[in-house]
Amino acid sequence: MTTLIAPAADRAAVERALDPTRDLQPRVPLRAAVSQTLSMAWRATKKMRRNPEQFFDVTAQPLLFTAMFAYIFGGAISGGVTAYLPIVIPGVLAQTALTACMATGVQLREDMDKGVFDRFRSLPVARIAPLAGPMVADLLRYTTAAVLTVAVGLAMGFRPGGGVLGTLGGIVLTVVAGWSLAWIFTWLGTVARSAQGGQGISMMIMFPLTFLSNAYVPVDTLPGWLKAFVQVNPVSHVVSAVRDLMNQGAVTAQVGWALLGCAAVVAVFAPLALRSYSRKL
Amino acid sequence: MTQTSLPRSPDLAVVARGLVKTFGGARAVDGIDLDIRRGEVFGVLGPNGAGKTTTLRMLATLLPIDGGRAEVFGVDVATRGHEVRQLVGVTGQYASVDENLTGRENLWLFGRLQGLSSRRARTTAAELLESFGLHEAADRRIATFSGGMRRRLDLAASLITRPPLIFLDEPTTGLDPRTRGQMWDTIRTLVADGATVLLTTQYLDEADQLADRIAVIDRGRTVAEGTPDELKSSVGTSTLQLRLADRERTAEAAEVVRRLLGEEPARTPEAGGLHVSLTDADRAGDVLIALREARLSVASVSVAKPTLDEVFLALTGHGTSDSSPGTDSHLAQEAS
Repeated sequence: MTTLIAPAADRAAVERALDPTRDLQPRVPLRAAVSQTLSMAWRATKKMRRNPEQFFDVTAQPLLFTAMFAYIFGGAISGGVTAYLPIVIPGVLAQTALTACMATGVQLREDMDKGVFDRFRSLPVARIAPLAGPMVADLLRYTTAAVLTVAVGLAMGFRPGGGVLGTLGGIVLTVVAGWSLAWIFTWLGTVARSAQGGQGISMMIMFPLTFLSNAYVPVDTLPGWLKAFVQVNPVSHVVSAVRDLMNQGAVTAQVGWALLGCAAVVAVFAPLALRSYSRKL
Repeated sequence: MTQTSLPRSPDLAVVARGLVKTFGGARAVDGIDLDIRRGEVFGVLGPNGAGKTTTLRMLATLLPIDGGRAEVFGVDVATRGHEVRQLVGVTGQYASVDENLTGRENLWLFGRLQGLSSRRARTTAAELLESFGLHEAADRRIATFSGGMRRRLDLAASLITRPPLIFLDEPTTGLDPRTRGQMWDTIRTLVADGATVLLTTQYLDEADQLADRIAVIDRGRTVAEGTPDELKSSVGTSTLQLRLADRERTAEAAEVVRRLLGEEPARTPEAGGLHVSLTDADRAGDVLIALREARLSVASVSVAKPTLDEVFLALTGHGTSDSSPGTDSHLAQEAS
């Protein structure tokens, strides 16, 4: 069965059989890492399509929260629901984005406990791909949440002063912020002992981040020590930036601060998440 | 920790010296050495909790190595994990495929993750599904697959890039006998294609059927190593298995054997059966002559080497069923 003239592909296979270590790559090339991340994102979207209940938090919550908060706080804070909408819509946007990205971390944790993650770990795949893939897919969830919130607002009489462009800008910023803040919860997911544990801790972080911000109430009404926290909270900057974009169509310094805050969160938590994920091996 | 130098030989696929893994205070793996030759099926045999899975997971870079060294085709497992992962295909004890995807989607995804083009990944997936008899179920979600189908898909997933070394962790645990036979055939085909296989099992007949060489491990240590025949003959006896034509006279026959060999034969559960341990297979003839002289007629007779079950008992001083309750998988999960 020995043939002296083997086709090139077969010859490569034969040489690899003689020395299996000859084509080994010491690390994953960047292009491969991007392609692996997209493959993992594909997997996550398949999963979403087959478990549509995963969209519950990004569909029901925007509808419920927008209506609820507008009618509860509207009169007290702005003297009327319509006057409150320009303030509360960006607030609800930030909150739904945060809730959605909390789910990103919890679901990653659940996923990591499944057998298939053993295979991801045993393959020569970039360590970041199993983490970043689902986060890319979750951009869909953040977009759903943001668009629905604005739609409910519009239905209730919200007329954004920033026009179409400003509103779109606000939505994009919300999605970017959701993706960035998701790294915090992804990191929590990788350190938590179980999915439930991760969810518990994530809630404890999510609630202060949203409510100790300017999302629902004007900062002037707060005591000094709380004001200090609210002003450094990246969520406050995101909310202010979204308000500036939607209500004035203005790209203000707040937009810069919000993006900077998001970048800082990614810079800190992405390496942390990656490290603790790699350590779990 | 002293850096032991590992033997280098192009014939070896896996070399390990003094592998140690501790979970809490317990040493799950306590100084295991391995030399696995290229192209062989190497069986790691032991009861639950012996450290088989832990050893395999360390070699597959799924668990950090706490002590000792290991190389796969000369590539250090602890320091060059990414390269080791390019050489090894792992099929776990619990099918490591995605429940939410179909069989075809699973194989496509794993192909893409390993750098195949979308088209190549698709054709490879189709070929593997065909050759593993999963073609008809290819577009069903894994959640609807039977245990045997999952295992086959899992094995197929390990073979996408045709790795030169394949780790099979208890490939037939929990499968029915027919599916088990199919899995064995598949594993034999792999070796015929030139792959090296490291197989863990708690089934003695499985190691006997598939492995060229076996390491018997117990409580994290290797207690014996060799070919299945070497291990069996290390126990040093053969067994004469008799079945009497007249089962009423079993006691009488046992007495004849006892007088001849000075040892009581074991009665088998089925009536009229006797198992006589022999230090020397030649003594079988003496036993048969003595029975003939006593006018005891024999319905069937055979001389057998001891089973690996008996080997295990002889080597470890306890059977395969009464070892510690903690299992490999349990320990592995504690670590993750």
